[in-house]
Amino acid sequence: MATAAATATAHGAGKSGAHDPHAAPPVLKVYDPPKELEREPLVLNNRSLGWITNAIAGICENPMPKWWWPAFIISAGGMSMMFSLIAYLISTGVGVWGLNQPAAWAWDITNFVFWIGIGHAGTLISAVLFLLRQKWRTSINRAAEAMTLFAVACAGIFPVVHTGRVWFALYPGFLFPVPNANAIWPQFRSPLLWDVFAVSTYGTVSLLFWYVGLIPDLATLRDRAKGVIRKFAYGLFALGWTNSNRHWSNYEKAYLIFAGLSTPLVLSVHSIVSFDFAVSQVPGWHTTIFPPYFVAGAIFSGFGMVLTLLIPLRALFNLHDIVTKRHIELMCKVLLATGSIVGYAYGMEFFIAWYGGSPYELYAFKNRAFGPYWWSYWWMISCNVISPHLFWFKTLRTNAVFVWIVSIFVNIGMWFERFVIIVTSLHRDYLPSSWGYFTPSAVDVFTFVGSFGLFMTLFLLFIRFLPAIAISEVKGVTPQADPHHPLGGAKDHH
Amino acid sequence: MNASNNRPHGILAEFETAADIMGAAIKCRDAGFTKWDVYTPFPIHGMDDAMGVKKSKVGWFTFVGAVTGFFTGMTMIWYMNKFDYGLVVGGKPLFTPLFAFPVSYELTILLGAFATLFGMLFLNRLPRLHHPLLRNTRFKRASDDRFFVCIESADPKYASEATRKFLVEECHATAVEFVEE
Repeated sequence: MATAAATATAHGAGKSGAHDPHAAPPVLKVYDPPKELEREPLVLNNRSLGWITNAIAGICENPMPKWWWPAFIISAGGMSMMFSLIAYLISTGVGVWGLNQPAAWAWDITNFVFWIGIGHAGTLISAVLFLLRQKWRTSINRAAEAMTLFAVACAGIFPVVHTGRVWFALYPGFLFPVPNANAIWPQFRSPLLWDVFAVSTYGTVSLLFWYVGLIPDLATLRDRAKGVIRKFAYGLFALGWTNSNRHWSNYEKAYLIFAGLSTPLVLSVHSIVSFDFAVSQVPGWHTTIFPPYFVAGAIFSGFGMVLTLLIPLRALFNLHDIVTKRHIELMCKVLLATGSIVGYAYGMEFFIAWYGGSPYELYAFKNRAFGPYWWSYWWMISCNVISPHLFWFKTLRTNAVFVWIVSIFVNIGMWFERFVIIVTSLHRDYLPSSWGYFTPSAVDVFTFVGSFGLFMTLFLLFIRFLPAIAISEVKGVTPQADPHHPLGGAKDHH
Repeated sequence: MNASNNRPHGILAEFETAADIMGAAIKCRDAGFTKWDVYTPFPIHGMDDAMGVKKSKVGWFTFVGAVTGFFTGMTMIWYMNKFDYGLVVGGKPLFTPLFAFPVSYELTILLGAFATLFGMLFLNRLPRLHHPLLRNTRFKRASDDRFFVCIESADPKYASEATRKFLVEECHATAVEFVEE
């Protein structure tokens, strides 16, 4: 640069002879960027680092607000109901559910796919948005990852208990790579076994990733802890973290690698879940569009659940400066994008059913929309195709109450999507003589309702004992964290 | 500080802004200290260069874990479905890497993730039950809103009074104190 400038000056001087190299203005005028390019800051009202610590750590240090206990008791009641019904199921047999031939999979697998899909938003936020350097993720990733873990816990229950005689599934299990009584190993050509590996890996890696993210915040809670038990418990799980930069260096690399590992993982999990269906030959299941369609649907449903949880959380704990309107708006945009992919997939499925020329496939789709389960299909279409497109409008995206209501419709719609795929395909396949109609039993319904109790119990305990927002990460995206920003202490910049 | 003859762990210097700690780190690096560290409530971009910390080696642990996971998957499936008890299903081959891929892929990620976590902890010499700095009251703000440099007494260039002076006068620390071992 210096050489180029010198050459230019010499050249200019040689040409005119009168050019004075010192006539340049001593100070450059710096223009402010145009208003429309300015972004809303990620933490509003110029909050200090200490304020951020107090606001987030304070939630799990102060007594819980009044609504917490009623919410916890209702959730724990739901959870107990679910476990009682599972005990009833195991002691009596799967006949207590409404499923039977031809629909041998019904609410059980619907609930499994529904819950595992919910989890995908957490990993998308923690891993994919991290790799894409979307800094707004820091305000929501902790709660979303916790949601992932709890959703995977809910999901894991259903495929295990739907086997009926659970002890055979677990040990000497066809779910685990141990030989059975005849020394036969599990059959690895089956996507059901791939699914076992995919879901258990997903649960485990999500837990590790979440824990890695928690270590610095646990150290913050340890340093602020008053009681002996709190100090010991947070201290134990903080592993002796000192915030040393030599540690941060390895930590950040590990975090980046975790994001890099979780991204292909999250894409593979719902792809493999979709193989459970796509690898079979049932009309309505045997399609190549399933993996991307399932992954998009999973992210769509997961963001629905993130919004359902975070909008009340932000209001109840007064976190409007950290989880801002902009965060909600951006999540709505993800809903719009993934919801559009889902809507496209619905259309494309119908097109291929007709264009593929298989009468069975075409019948399966006509039967979905106009057969005995027409109502579930139109629930799905109204919730998943119409609702995301409301978010083209900024006024609707920025209205938290409206977004919260729509997010619930997204959850409902995505549950119906899995129900439609599973039950409407199974209840009428090739042979009309073996057609049937599935109706859920009360045990089906209350087991599913109870799974929300388990989910909410875990989530309420999480906000009670752990920082619901990643403290160190939120600090890291403030201007105070930037040594080149005036708020970070930089002097004489212009 | 008490008057015991114990050698202190080191000198702790406090700073108020990210820019100040960055400047101090550069000065400590250039002064040739080796046993010292910077403590910040969040990782500061560019601090590794300012301190002269080399690139993290965590990736090698991940690599070894991931490769182990992949070959564990492939070998396990070959052993179970072909070698130990050949299981014929639908006339398909007893083993191909194709149907073994999804499970091996998941195991690649699973063991890679475990290796990353344990590699990171190993490189950081964690978990550790105690650290002299964790007993220091001032240092509690390292996980809140203050930035610290600690030069350990084990550093060959450490000289209590001169080092203290260096931190106050050259690095402009807002507070400096000795940390007990």
